[in-house]
Amino acid sequence: MLDKEGIAKRIAKEVKDGYYVNLGIGIPTLVANYIPNNIDVVLQSENGLLGMGPFPFEGEEDPDTINAGKQTITKLPGSAVFDSAMSFGMIRAKKVNLTILGAMEVSENGDIANWKIPGKMVKGMGGAMDLVASAENIIVAMQHVNKAGESKLLPNCTLPLTGIKCVKKIVTELAVLDVMPDGGFKLLERAPGVSVEEIKNATAGKLLIDGDVPEMVI
Amino acid sequence: MNKVVSGAQEAINDIKDGMTLMLGGFGLCGLPEKTILALAASGIKDLTCISNNAGVDDFGIGLLLRNRQVKKMISSYVGENAEFERQLLSGELEVELIPQGTLATRCMAAGYGMPAIFTPAGIGTEVAEGKEVRKFNGKDYLMEMAFDADFAIVKAWKGDTMGNLVYRSTARNFNPVMAMAGKVTIAEVEELVEPGELDPDHIHTPGIYVHRIFKGENYEKRVEQRTVRKR
Repeated sequence: MLDKEGIAKRIAKEVKDGYYVNLGIGIPTLVANYIPNNIDVVLQSENGLLGMGPFPFEGEEDPDTINAGKQTITKLPGSAVFDSAMSFGMIRAKKVNLTILGAMEVSENGDIANWKIPGKMVKGMGGAMDLVASAENIIVAMQHVNKAGESKLLPNCTLPLTGIKCVKKIVTELAVLDVMPDGGFKLLERAPGVSVEEIKNATAGKLLIDGDVPEMVI
Repeated sequence: MNKVVSGAQEAINDIKDGMTLMLGGFGLCGLPEKTILALAASGIKDLTCISNNAGVDDFGIGLLLRNRQVKKMISSYVGENAEFERQLLSGELEVELIPQGTLATRCMAAGYGMPAIFTPAGIGTEVAEGKEVRKFNGKDYLMEMAFDADFAIVKAWKGDTMGNLVYRSTARNFNPVMAMAGKVTIAEVEELVEPGELDPDHIHTPGIYVHRIFKGENYEKRVEQRTVRKR
């Protein structure tokens, strides 16, 4: 089973040379720490920055330089700043190659819910609806089951949707899965020490298993 | 073409109860903090505020919420404000949550003189309820209307007396598109200079969009999440 860092490490392997990547809040943010040094990647922060760098050294924080999670960050050489309309313009126009975000639920046809729990949590969707509606390559980083032990990979989402038929790949503490065009979660890899049986039990939606499922290499 | 006013108080002196305001900033970054303080002290009420976020409990738009000056918020993310969440869940505050890109683009549309835009954001979700859907090249898009705001209130780094503005780093965010979208636009700046001191090639918001400008003193620039790394 993977911890959060492990999920981030596995997702980092999906980041390719030359990509512009948008990382959501939470586990997706950690992915930045594991992108190999030998590939060239530019991180987009939807508040209006390309070329997001690491956190600043203590004492060098700039209140005018933050990421979409409102954290103080740095700008790498070659970075560019722009307004919010242009930021979502480049997302809508599919200039951003990969979007990695968290989810509360994903359905077997690729619907995603991650912004609202009616009556309980009302924080808003931020840029998530824009990202999932336009991005062609969306990876979801999430826990396979919720705190009550219920599967978050479902036949249909029960929470208000963020977007429909958009998730392509999911990485959880248990597995890597593709969402198939005709529906269903195709099991690609098992986390170290996790059996296919455990993944079956944790997946409420249709799970597609084709032959032996390799253990993931991180 | 001198747009200079004495300060925030003069800048807001004709904002009335029930008006619609746009406020720049992302989180607390690039927030027109001086004008918000003046609004909080003014007692103006029943405001509709269009802003990406709702501030925190004791800073930014949170100050207006605490005073019950806001009737309706139009935002994309309000997670940092407990008082906001309380007023929302209790029904005291009317809230329209919309996608962040939709918010920015509805500002842009107003500033470019376009009545509406089409975006895929929100298709198949509750955001699409009651809105016109149009199909282009086989994909569904929502029609979203340009905003109609009485005032836009923005924060820039530098400005000149003619209202030309330059922003700094990610404090730019919604400020340029909102500056373009108000019937009246108020800009507060850290540095106010004479015409000619800003390079025309470096101006982000041309002065034609700005009606009032003043220099704010002692910016607090509060940080929401101070994150650092070890040396």
